Amino acid sequence: MIINHPLLGPRDAAEFVYLGDASLIDRPDWQSDTAADDFYEYQYLRDNPAGETRELWFHEQGDRSWLVVTRNTLTHEITKVELARDVALAAGRDR
Amino acid sequence: MKYSGWKVLRQALGGNKGWEPVWRDPAPKPAYDIIVVGGGGHGLATAYYLAKEYGLTNVAVLEKSWLASGNAGRNTTIIRSNYLLPGNEPFYELSMKLWENLEQDFNYNAMVSQRGVVNLYHSDPQRDAFARRGNAMHMAGADAVLLDEQGIRELCPFLDFDNARFPVKGGLWQPRGGTARHDAVAWGYARGADQRGVDLIQNCEVTGFQVKNGRCIGVETARGPIAAKKVAVCVAGSSGRVMAQAGLRLPIESHVLQAFVSEGLKPIIPGVVTFGAGHFYISQSDKGGLVFGGDIDGYNTYAQRGNLPVVEDVCESGMALMPMIGRARLLRMWGGVMDMSMDGSPFIDKTSVDGLYFNGGWCYGGFKATPASGWCYAHLLAKDEPHPVATELRLDRFKRGHMIDEKGAGAQPNLH
Ligand SMILES: Cc1cc2nc3c(=O)[nH]c(=O)nc-3n(C[C@H](O)[C@H](O)[C@H](O)COP(=O)(O)OP(=O)(O)OC[C@H]3O[C@@H](n4cnc5c(N)ncnc54)[C@H](O)[C@@H]3O)c2cc1C
Repeated sequence: MIINHPLLGPRDAAEFVYLGDASLIDRPDWQSDTAADDFYEYQYLRDNPAGETRELWFHEQGDRSWLVVTRNTLTHEITKVELARDVALAAGRDR
Repeated sequence: MKYSGWKVLRQALGGNKGWEPVWRDPAPKPAYDIIVVGGGGHGLATAYYLAKEYGLTNVAVLEKSWLASGNAGRNTTIIRSNYLLPGNEPFYELSMKLWENLEQDFNYNAMVSQRGVVNLYHSDPQRDAFARRGNAMHMAGADAVLLDEQGIRELCPFLDFDNARFPVKGGLWQPRGGTARHDAVAWGYARGADQRGVDLIQNCEVTGFQVKNGRCIGVETARGPIAAKKVAVCVAGSSGRVMAQAGLRLPIESHVLQAFVSEGLKPIIPGVVTFGAGHFYISQSDKGGLVFGGDIDGYNTYAQRGNLPVVEDVCESGMALMPMIGRARLLRMWGGVMDMSMDGSPFIDKTSVDGLYFNGGWCYGGFKATPASGWCYAHLLAKDEPHPVATELRLDRFKRGHMIDEKGAGAQPNLH
């Protein structure tokens, strides 16, 4: 698989480390009343979709940036690659 | 038809024209007592033991493709019971004992071959960890022998013992471990279930669950709706997408594992050998092909094929361990979709929907579990309580903090 890095251009997926679903960016609020349940779901449960999914890849053997990659789990086709930082900022996070 | 040596001889004399189909091809009935979703090894074993041990024969196995088209027919066929934790080891040892009597039990040649499994160690701490594991195995009634370097030299003289980075120092050997013919295991269970009246329905994908007042009362399928008192899902790599149809999220990710077979060679590998420093395991089939594999590719996928970086990694590990295989030519490689649970251990449990049961999370190690998985799932379905060796294989164990963290590695090594 080739990941089209927004800053570095096309890179071999072997340069990256895979983390998982991009929803891992949305860490639950640890002060919420339901924090224990929220963290259980955040940490252990997965949508595990068959088809298009957004996921986090870390460019460990490159510029060490986190990317949000939109990829199809049935075909391995990659349709979109964004910097995770941009995704987090757009979602209202401060970094 | 019961198979015997006499029958083989008689058929041979008659030009082998008298063999009959091994199971029926029935149309689905409108309703069953129990529907098993997924005709892999585990689903077929479940149906077999439901019929044989509990006399429950108003049962159907629904398979979306042909029987054993999934991981049951794609694995590297290793069977063993060399686990450490009390939540796992008694379960896998029950499986080993069932393997030992399987062919007599279902009157089918599954080519169970107890040629031994050896896990190599390369350092003192690894030896100590293996000694502990060996003791845990003994306590569960399994067999384990801790071999030193000399012992391994006698067993596998061809290893790169003096490898500068990972010298081979010894290994934990389970002589009762070995291999079995994966397809034949599924076929044997299928035939045994069919003979007892279970309907094996192929080309019948389950596309939804009928849930009424919190209770599962049947399934939607490619061949129409079918009612059932109990629905037992058993779809391995497809667990996530199938259970999503009942609105459930699981502690499971789907990943691909690849396997490789070389051209046929003269007998050289005595049993199953696993590298303790990289992820590589190898055995030799009865036809002479070297059968080997390594790590999962490491990203979520439902495609039954992997990518080249892992091919390179597996072959490098093999070369580091036994350079002699370097000139063997690779014949075939393929992939299967693994239901990777978060702690690397499986589930055999009820779900939050009444009447809906779940069996999955087998990761890359569910073939060896086939007999015990069927045995314990049938127990759960028939009695509505877990079998004594499967009490920890619960779906809610992460919520309760009772993971079965065998190796600290589930879908990802950094999860716990
Ligand atoms: C390359 C590879 C090597 C492996 N090596 C080993 C090994 O050496 N030792 C070991 O112990 N384990 C090994 N495993 C793991 C083992 O193969 C699996 O854990 C085990 O086979 C899973 O159980 P099963 O046989 O029931 O799965 P499967 O055979 O995958 O059965 C699941 C079935 O469900 C069906 N299904 C899916 N969705 C639906 C639906 N909606 N409706 C109806 N049916 C459906 C599928 O078509 C499939 O036939 C390996 C796996 C792979 C891929």
